[in-house]
Amino acid sequence: MKICITSQGKTLDSQVDPRFGRCSYLIVLDTDTMQFETIENIFADASGGAGIQTGQLMVEKGVKAVLTGNVGPNAYQTLKAAGIIIYTGLSGTVSEAVGKLKNNELESKDKPSVNSHFGMNK
Amino acid sequence: MIISVASGKGGTGKTTVAVNLALSLENVQLLDCDVEEPNAHLFIKPEIKEKISAFTTIPQVDETICTYCGKCQKVCAYNALAVIPSSKKKGTVLIFPHLCHGCGACYLLCPQKAIKEIKREIGIIESGTVANLQFVHGILNVGEVMSPPLIRQVKKHINNTKTVIIDAPPGTSCPVIAAIKNTDFCILVTEPTPFGLNDLILTVEVVRKLNIPFGIIINRSDIGDNKTEVYCRENNIPILMRIPFSEDIARLYSQGIPVVNENEEYKKEFIQMFESIRHPIKRRMSDIMNII
Repeated sequence: MKICITSQGKTLDSQVDPRFGRCSYLIVLDTDTMQFETIENIFADASGGAGIQTGQLMVEKGVKAVLTGNVGPNAYQTLKAAGIIIYTGLSGTVSEAVGKLKNNELESKDKPSVNSHFGMNK
Repeated sequence: MIISVASGKGGTGKTTVAVNLALSLENVQLLDCDVEEPNAHLFIKPEIKEKISAFTTIPQVDETICTYCGKCQKVCAYNALAVIPSSKKKGTVLIFPHLCHGCGACYLLCPQKAIKEIKREIGIIESGTVANLQFVHGILNVGEVMSPPLIRQVKKHINNTKTVIIDAPPGTSCPVIAAIKNTDFCILVTEPTPFGLNDLILTVEVVRKLNIPFGIIINRSDIGDNKTEVYCRENNIPILMRIPFSEDIARLYSQGIPVVNENEEYKKEFIQMFESIRHPIKRRMSDIMNII
């Protein structure tokens, strides 16, 4: 399954970025092969609508699930419309997050975890 | 003549200046463009005669002809649209009204002509009179974030046969620019504190960029420090008036009474200030005389 983890760095040892729309990097990973692609998030500094743009990128990448710290209402709506599963509340490294997903330790919440503009100025 | 009253820092006395200036002059129209928190009416107490809704436009997508090509999303500078093409069945276009600036790009550039503009109410505009003063203000709906469209609609009520005074919102961003743009003179109200000066300097940059002639009123001029005076002198910015930190003014303010209604001296000062705005050469001369 193709998933995406928001990351503060470029590798699987990097810390999970607590923000979705304004995260530093997006790691798109295939859980079957553990092959991954690191994307620098060009929307991190958008003046508004960062979550929507990042969400749209996830749709384009064909991601089935997103693992992150928090998701705001606009990003939530975008990801939901595309049927992408959202796991929030993650911390630690990217590979730890993937491990939790594989061990079925994650639960998807059916609402945004933070309000708009949570990731600004962080 | 259209005079705007602005300040970088909030709470420096914009409304006090706008209201008292309006009440000191004849044949005036006062527009309260601080639509997020209009309060000039508390002092003017106008009789509201007309109340209209103000609208902005947002896109509406006809999903029976939309091909989910994503063009609208790509041209939107404010990320107000998301296009989700679904592999299985039909896709979705999400519209985020609070991010939309109503520019119309999506609607103009849709290859399928699947988008039309629909109206969305963002606030109301009330107008009325008190004696022979015309009054107009805008009230932004609670929860609404986009004030410039409402400010521009309030300004459509400008009556060019009168001296127009515009009470601007605080700050230095889009709402302020919407309020002070195309005015003939901008009064910047400040207070002699580090915060006041910091925000004054930012606002001066804005009015200079917009090429609006401007001058400064220092409110609570007898407290704080003299750095604002020094800054104005070094940058050749005229100080139009100094209003002292006075218990009388504060007491009247708390009762909703403009000081010029009770104190003729202030009325004279506001009239004098207005004359110095209208005739900048006279003002320069008196400045020179003072220096000599």
